[in-house]
Amino acid sequence: MNGVWFGPDLLSAAQLLHLFTHFMMLSLLAVGGAITTAPDMQRFLVREQGWLSDAQFTASVALAQAAPGPNVLFVAVLGFNVAGLAGVLATMAGTLLPSTTLALAASRWGDRNRSSRLLRAFTVGLAPVTIGLLLATCWILLEPTRTQSTSAVLVAITVGLMLRTRLSPLWPIAGGAAAGLAGWV
Amino acid sequence: MVEPAPAPEPVLLPELLPIPLARPESPAVLFSAFTALALKGFGGVLPVAQRTLVDDKRWMTREQFLELLSISQVLPGPNIINMALIFGDRCHGWRGAMAAMAGLLLAPLVLVLALAALAQGLRGQPQVADALRGMGVVAAGLVLGTAVRLAGGLRQSPLGLPACVVLVMATAVAVGLLRWPLVGVVLGLGGLAMALAWRRVGAP
Repeated sequence: MNGVWFGPDLLSAAQLLHLFTHFMMLSLLAVGGAITTAPDMQRFLVREQGWLSDAQFTASVALAQAAPGPNVLFVAVLGFNVAGLAGVLATMAGTLLPSTTLALAASRWGDRNRSSRLLRAFTVGLAPVTIGLLLATCWILLEPTRTQSTSAVLVAITVGLMLRTRLSPLWPIAGGAAAGLAGWV
Repeated sequence: MVEPAPAPEPVLLPELLPIPLARPESPAVLFSAFTALALKGFGGVLPVAQRTLVDDKRWMTREQFLELLSISQVLPGPNIINMALIFGDRCHGWRGAMAAMAGLLLAPLVLVLALAALAQGLRGQPQVADALRGMGVVAAGLVLGTAVRLAGGLRQSPLGLPACVVLVMATAVAVGLLRWPLVGVVLGLGGLAMALAWRRVGAP
């Protein structure tokens, strides 16, 4: 079971450190939640380092969305698929340490200065950037299936269900698994 | 001389009386409450968090919850984690913060890693790859749905809708198509957007 516990390719200590520091940097750039940094994680893990394939990257995010808990856990699945439990430690600690420290330090400041001009400029300015990053994330998750027109249909159905019903996301995810098994996407 | 009758006590209906807020007694209580709500949250914990913290436990009012959410969204990092940290910190200092965050992460982490290990063990099976590929398409759809939902808020942006559309598209193209590193885009386009916003929102 070596493949399960230590990942398909064992990373060296230096590579694990590189993984940790890259995710640490992304932690401070995660301005609309962790998922907005997914495009850069893909750029780093798939394109730059070649530690994961496009399909593995998208599957990691999909797997995390099918499980309960905070969405940020897709970071743990990415770490696991890159380097097993050591990878989980590197990506999760990297993602959580800087933002946790900052949240605790800044929350009291924010409590007192909620109406300050600086804080308003920060939230107003970053809102469109966050939405742009979500669009980029969607585009990158479709990397393995983008050439198939059926995948665009499945995306449209998912968006429609999400915006027009109060259905739990578990159902469209199950539907996606069924569509994959049936060979539609 | 007749004593004037004392003014009748104002009668308050029970639902009009302010309900006193409860307070989590210890970090351990925080830990178990956040564990329970995390395990109930499929595809995002935030709606469950509101139901648990505001309606069930009465640890905060709806207004306090929204205020906490807006602070958590401004800070970098996962919103729900930031919220747990700040709330735990207000109740029981750093021990409360750690307890709330650990509650949110620990049990779901074990669960999702078990799933990942299972998927890895079954990697040879073509059915697993097929199912995951289909789930990946839906995952992309869920992210797009979030973007569409949030985009409605841009109508009220002091930046104005045209500037917002340009910023959204420029960010999406730079990161999604051109694959520029996030650092440059967030600091560059984000910095530009914040400078513009600074001028538009004016002095309070």
